[in-house]
Amino acid sequence: MTATHKEIIMSTENTIQHTIDKADLDGKQEYTITVYAENRIGLLNRIAIIFSKRKINIESLNTSPSEIDGIHRFNIVITESYEVVRKLARQIEKQIEVLKVYFNTNEEIIWQELALYKVSTDEIAEKVTVERLLRQYGASAVVIRKDYTVFAVTGHREETDALVKALEPYELIEFVRSARVAIIKDSAGFHEKLKEFEAFEPGEELVENEFLDKGEKIFTM
Amino acid sequence: METAQDTIPQPEAKAETSKTLFKGTGSQVLLNGLIEEGVTTIFGYPGGAIMPIYDALYDYAEKLQHILVRHEQGGIHAAQGFARASGKVGVCFATSGPGATNLVTGLADAQIDSTPLVCITGQVFAHLLGTDAFQETDVINITTPVTKWNYQVTDANEIQEVLAKAFYIAKSGRPGPVLIDITKNAQLQIEEFPEYVKCNHIRSYRPKPKVRVEYIEQAATLINSAKKPFVLFGQGVVLGNAEKEFKTFIEKSGIPAAWTILGESAIPTSHPLNVGMLGMHGNYGPNVLTNECDVLIAIGMRFDDRVTGRLDKYAKQAKIIHLDIDPAEIDKNVKADVGVWGDCKETLPLLTNLVTENKHEEWLAKFKDYNQQEIDQVITPELYPTSDEMTMGEVLRNINEICGGDAVIVTDVGQHQMVACRYAKFNNTRSNITSGGLGTMGFGLPAAIGAKYGAPDKTVIAIIGDGGFQMTPQELGTIMQFGAAVKILILNNRFLGMVRQWQQLFHDKRYSFVNITSPDFVALAKAYYIEADKVDERANLRKALETMINHEGSYLLEVMVGRENNVFPMVPQGMSVSEIRLK
Repeated sequence: MTATHKEIIMSTENTIQHTIDKADLDGKQEYTITVYAENRIGLLNRIAIIFSKRKINIESLNTSPSEIDGIHRFNIVITESYEVVRKLARQIEKQIEVLKVYFNTNEEIIWQELALYKVSTDEIAEKVTVERLLRQYGASAVVIRKDYTVFAVTGHREETDALVKALEPYELIEFVRSARVAIIKDSAGFHEKLKEFEAFEPGEELVENEFLDKGEKIFTM
Repeated sequence: METAQDTIPQPEAKAETSKTLFKGTGSQVLLNGLIEEGVTTIFGYPGGAIMPIYDALYDYAEKLQHILVRHEQGGIHAAQGFARASGKVGVCFATSGPGATNLVTGLADAQIDSTPLVCITGQVFAHLLGTDAFQETDVINITTPVTKWNYQVTDANEIQEVLAKAFYIAKSGRPGPVLIDITKNAQLQIEEFPEYVKCNHIRSYRPKPKVRVEYIEQAATLINSAKKPFVLFGQGVVLGNAEKEFKTFIEKSGIPAAWTILGESAIPTSHPLNVGMLGMHGNYGPNVLTNECDVLIAIGMRFDDRVTGRLDKYAKQAKIIHLDIDPAEIDKNVKADVGVWGDCKETLPLLTNLVTENKHEEWLAKFKDYNQQEIDQVITPELYPTSDEMTMGEVLRNINEICGGDAVIVTDVGQHQMVACRYAKFNNTRSNITSGGLGTMGFGLPAAIGAKYGAPDKTVIAIIGDGGFQMTPQELGTIMQFGAAVKILILNNRFLGMVRQWQQLFHDKRYSFVNITSPDFVALAKAYYIEADKVDERANLRKALETMINHEGSYLLEVMVGRENNVFPMVPQGMSVSEIRLK
């Protein structure tokens, strides 16, 4: 994580400002790549090396089931320029077991990350108003024991980071954050697409050609 | 074992009783599958983890010719040479561990040069995977970046489907190498297998798109309005079997066409619209005029840096049309104004229909002018040298005169490769076999062996430098044992010539470790019972070449050429194509 990146994240208030500042880094900005793929051993490696070959850091990577049984969905977050991301997406889509790749800016998706925080119950009970914490940071208490308490926060990076900041003075014993999971706002899901993939002859929709369709939405709702 | 003997049916038994299941081992069903895919020749090397397959192979000698190479790298390069010469899928076998890792260079070479291969490696028993067993290597992960697809089989029931997919993936779309790693237990496993079914559809894989006519129309509009159009073609024309379609297109549109080294023999050297070679050591006109043309039509080529030179000064004045089957290539290095995504076998005829007939005589004359300058300053001195030292170019001229352009020329990598590509004449497609993208020294000899099996009726000449030959000389043993009639021509300048040339031009003549010595190549060949000769005087050159080419079997000829000759023209690294130097 670059220094600038850190600084930006520290300003927890203004998410719009956050996006603009990040776009300033050589035209780079955060992109979330969504990959629909067969569930096959080794495919994760095949996809990961497309990034490492170009010395591009993956900021977050999540694999999960998709809306279709047997098809996996990867969410990969990187900070790069549009041109680079587009080339990466094509290289990923070229892999035999990958069905389709989309990439979106933060404005085009709904996303969440989950973070867990383990703190000493004594510390937290004495020095912090737990109720205030829960309310202000949207946290929930997952476990409360005599020796420790675990909070959970679901939200954007700056929201989960804010609670880290808040808890730091009170002995944050453990902290962990999940990868980003994202839903594409304009997506109608993959059900219809899959039918085309399963057909022998490629249809127009499937071979949608971005050279002509630049700027058009991926799906028409 | 006697029960096993009883249950081994002959492969042809299957055809007679097509509906009954085939009962046998995973190894047998693999070999049956190879036969179903039309495989006739396998290049390989046995070892512990692939022994069950080799045991089965013992009974298949009539249907599957196995060439025992001397090193797995030789095996895979031979499979590449076979594929490039024949247009079929090349097949090679290797054992686990070192056998498999020795394939890596060939896989990388085949991946970057889009060569269809199916490589089968043995693997330790499935229950030993991950235990650091003897000769265990994680070949799937090692080969992932250098294969189009790979798969580890741990159960014999997977073999047929995986093999069928492997062949389909290797040869469809943009071709490439596929590796199947089969654990020993799967090779030994006895099962009842269904009929072999070829694969022609994988839901997550689209080898080629449905062609969209609007792009063809846009491209045609650009071409029809162009005053100075210029075609660049690559191996895509050959891989798409679109040589005829390509020829028709340039002939109707009258557009001069220049080639990448992998596209070279797609149209005859003598074709009036063939204006020569692109790139670092390409021809003068094509390089300079890249920066003068108004519409650049790239067909089945990928704008490699050795072709483009400095990208920000590459064809900036031109509208770019890029025809490619691989969408990841369009806009990768050079931004296309019109990207025509599709198989050029389909897109070229559509484009030909829409372009108007033209001659572009003035424009073509420009290429001729530049060519004349190159002839005067570079080509004539290279082909008809006046000094006592022989040049690589004059050797090529003699080969052209003897073979008339009908030989398959396989090269290694370096100065001789550039000279061979520049000066060899070709009448037929699939005649120029070289390691283009990866630049693999040691490719030439084994690839030529494979090419001879892929094109048995052709004269196959392997042109190799003294450095590159010393990387894979062990394959002389393969020639000795199996008799591939390969003509081996070593152009010996007693230097690692291309590196020396760069050191001379860009490193103040600091000749750092390029002064390579050689064994007595003639004696080496004779040690392998291969006829051989050496020429160090021009007076003997022609006759020695004729003897080599007319010799019935394999033959090695070493020609001593000038030590410090350079390959020109040259686009120095980091310079624009229009800054090409003639000296």
